[in-house]
Amino acid sequence: MATTDVVPRGSTGGTGQKRIVNDMSIQVATVNGSGSQSSNTVLLRSIFQMGVPVSGKNMFPSNIAGLPTWYTIRANKNGYIGRKKEIDFLVAMNPETAVEDTMSLAAGASVLYDEPLQLHKLRDDLIFYSVPYDKIVAQVCAEAKLRKLVKNMVYVGVVACLLTIDMAEVEKAIRKQFAKKVKAANLNLAAAQAGFEYAKANLQKRGAFYIERMDKTAGKIIIDGNSAAALGCMFAGCTVVTWYPITPSSSLVETMIEYMKEYRIGADGKATFAIVQAEDELAAIGMVIGAGWAGARSMTATAGPGISLMSEFAGLAYYVEVPGVIWDIQRVGPSTGLPTRTSQGDILSTAILSHGDTKHIMLIPASVEECFAMATDAFNLAEQFQTLVFVMSDLDLGMNNWMSDPFQYPTTPIQRGKVLSKEDLDELGGFARYKDVDGDGIGYRTLPGTPHPAAAYFARGSGHNEKALYSERADDFENNMERLNRKFETARSFVPRPEITKGNNAKIGIIAYGTSHWGITESRDQLRDEYQMETDYLRLRAYPFTREVHEFIEQHERIYVVEQNRDAQMLSLLKLDLKPELITRLRSIAHITGLPLDARSITDELTSMEGK
Amino acid sequence: MSSTTVEPGTTAPGPKTNRIGLTVVEYKGGKTTLCAGCGHNAISERIIEAMFEMGVEPEFVIKPSGIGCSSKTPAYFLSRSHSFNAVHGRMPSVATGALLANRKLVCIGVSGDGDTASIGIGQFVHLMRRNLPIIYIIEDNGVYGLTKGQFSATADLGSKLKTGVVNDLPPIDTCALAIQLGATLVGRSFSGDKKQLSAMLKAAIAHKGTVMLDVVSPCVTFNDHEGSTKSYKYVKEHEETLQDVSFVPHFEDINVEYDPGSTVAVTMHDGSRLHLRKLEEDYDPTDKIRAITRLTEAHDKGEVLTGVFYVNPEAPNFLDMLNVVEQPLATLPDSMTRPGKEVLDACMEELR
Repeated sequence: MATTDVVPRGSTGGTGQKRIVNDMSIQVATVNGSGSQSSNTVLLRSIFQMGVPVSGKNMFPSNIAGLPTWYTIRANKNGYIGRKKEIDFLVAMNPETAVEDTMSLAAGASVLYDEPLQLHKLRDDLIFYSVPYDKIVAQVCAEAKLRKLVKNMVYVGVVACLLTIDMAEVEKAIRKQFAKKVKAANLNLAAAQAGFEYAKANLQKRGAFYIERMDKTAGKIIIDGNSAAALGCMFAGCTVVTWYPITPSSSLVETMIEYMKEYRIGADGKATFAIVQAEDELAAIGMVIGAGWAGARSMTATAGPGISLMSEFAGLAYYVEVPGVIWDIQRVGPSTGLPTRTSQGDILSTAILSHGDTKHIMLIPASVEECFAMATDAFNLAEQFQTLVFVMSDLDLGMNNWMSDPFQYPTTPIQRGKVLSKEDLDELGGFARYKDVDGDGIGYRTLPGTPHPAAAYFARGSGHNEKALYSERADDFENNMERLNRKFETARSFVPRPEITKGNNAKIGIIAYGTSHWGITESRDQLRDEYQMETDYLRLRAYPFTREVHEFIEQHERIYVVEQNRDAQMLSLLKLDLKPELITRLRSIAHITGLPLDARSITDELTSMEGK
Repeated sequence: MSSTTVEPGTTAPGPKTNRIGLTVVEYKGGKTTLCAGCGHNAISERIIEAMFEMGVEPEFVIKPSGIGCSSKTPAYFLSRSHSFNAVHGRMPSVATGALLANRKLVCIGVSGDGDTASIGIGQFVHLMRRNLPIIYIIEDNGVYGLTKGQFSATADLGSKLKTGVVNDLPPIDTCALAIQLGATLVGRSFSGDKKQLSAMLKAAIAHKGTVMLDVVSPCVTFNDHEGSTKSYKYVKEHEETLQDVSFVPHFEDINVEYDPGSTVAVTMHDGSRLHLRKLEEDYDPTDKIRAITRLTEAHDKGEVLTGVFYVNPEAPNFLDMLNVVEQPLATLPDSMTRPGKEVLDACMEELR
């Protein structure tokens, strides 16, 4: 084709436009199973290596090969790493979605497309670049069957040229990506270089977007939340993992297997852990509970459907008082459809999971650092409180790559809670398993295999007295229920406290949690800069709510509770906790697209509710 | 059959003690609350005897169970052992978790026919596949007792409830299933057959792998009438015994004579010996296919077939396959479960 084929007829793309440096979002639209994940990771890393804060979000179908997938890379000099709603640069590789993807862009955006797609005919207010990928890839890749995979690396080179990304960084990123496969690295590098050379020779840059070197990523790491959690669990002293594969949690355990095989095999070649793939989530949680009862630091990882299946056992664990950690990597609802999209939809059901009166401790990480650190908190709380602890991550956090400071080695010791040894029993003569000796609602337990005649107790559900003997007496049941409540009240002072960020004399408060944090941080700046609206912000990190949450609500006239579910689930839990006169201060901002929450959506909704 | 105790050098009268110096009283449990005459009580008695005679340390035994009359019984034996009354049909997973946490525990899991073959069939089949070292006992009366007399999935075709309802679906043979799936000591006994059940339980304690014992245990309240195939009368009239089962524990230096032509002698994991004197000429308890064929024939003939159907003391068990350290994972020191800072530093370096 001729270069001039793609000169825009509109007015936006011309020269003389201002330069926009290190502030853009690139969306790559491909077909899943085409190897685009490697290309996108290389692109992300190249920008990261140039010192520019960056984040990557994979929006993928519940499918192995052949369906549309989108990957969004956001580079932002201010460090905003939440999803950006607007796309500035589209890489259109998928014929199926190319037209719709192009039509949905805002005027002035750039489109890089595969020549046969002829997208430039669609609109005249965009900047178009056309590349004959098949021709380029045929020149660098002799093997026809590899071309499909290498083709995607060509766009990396083209994008590098058009956005002024240093090719030396691209090469470095490719070498890292294919560290163990030199041949593949060379082939992919050749493809990227061919793309770069083609663009340099044939395409004239007209967009306003540039990547330039800066120094905001020095020393930082890139990791996904599931891998961070896996590392965290390894350093938390986890010994038993039982699981059933389910998106988006599987990679947590799969990564953990790799780490544990490397770092938790003793000098004698024996494992200091057991990881078992169970037949279903019912068995996974049963094994967690059996192991926790017998004294292991046990865990599972799952998603909403698994949580539902674990419901009955979760109630039993609450009453028997058995420790265990459950990672819920939240995603959209039941069965087929959107299991690969993110959500905060399990908050309410997990807080009270099971039948009868139950309440569970939940920890809510917002960052990969917290995925790592909260692993130790979760295991410690589980054993201290002899109960299940749910860590409520989500798909956005768990499966996407995040930039982060390196993790700090845990300073919190491994805490095993109130466990009586043989020596303790020798001294005491015996014990009452469910007696509130210390006034905190937490009894003392023994582990099976404790060599003392008085060590054993009978673990069973709701019908037992302080000595763990079978009882259907009303007073035994009532006393036990009240003690369990006392235990939960005690937990309020031990769970991670919320993070509070103050504005300047703000009357408006925002409460959010988990990955909504990244959109909120940016939205608060938008509210201040664009609407002169000051806000205070409380990020919840745990349930039950701590004292600070009540105080925060008391201090503000209006509180916006932002969450990624339809039914204002966290707001509902707050209502259960608050004085009646405070409840009316709460307003819900709900986000239910299945996409990571972006700042603009929050800003628009909040300002509209404020009548702006 | 071997004698019950070995205590050299003691002559003073007093209660008999076993090889670790405990009396049988120390293996007892609470008072049963099951119906008088319930087969399950006899099974609890046999468990107490077997544990006592084998000299098992009760503090190292765990007794997980599911839900139902059978699953209440761990309260009636071994009160010095930890028990866990789990949820209905899901004892196998709790037992598995406990053994992952502490491989030194001796696990005797008690279930019923409803708890195993109906609601629990999913966990049951996967437990059998793993050859986890566990003694899994089904106290099998073909009926739901605790909910007052509904059929379970082990009820025989044509068996009649007290209400006159006739079972028109074929039973699940838990023994055939267990053999096919990978359990390594599988047998059926009868709660009323003291000698056979006792020998089989002791062999179970000596075995290091999944033991699956289906013990027909009549329900005197809901399934002991004319027309039931799980009544005392029916079982006594229809029991066919494959072998005369006897057991010689490893700690008894008794040289039992046996005829290799008529007796199959199996050396168990701990050195104990299981002797199976054939009552059926050609039965080979190491032949899975033969076992399943014989069980199918038994159904066709209306027999209640008992004995050791299959045994393989050599198969690798689940905990060995997992290559777990010898010490219980539950009580490993922090130094073995939290890698040092240099490991985290190395992991961080890879992610830069």
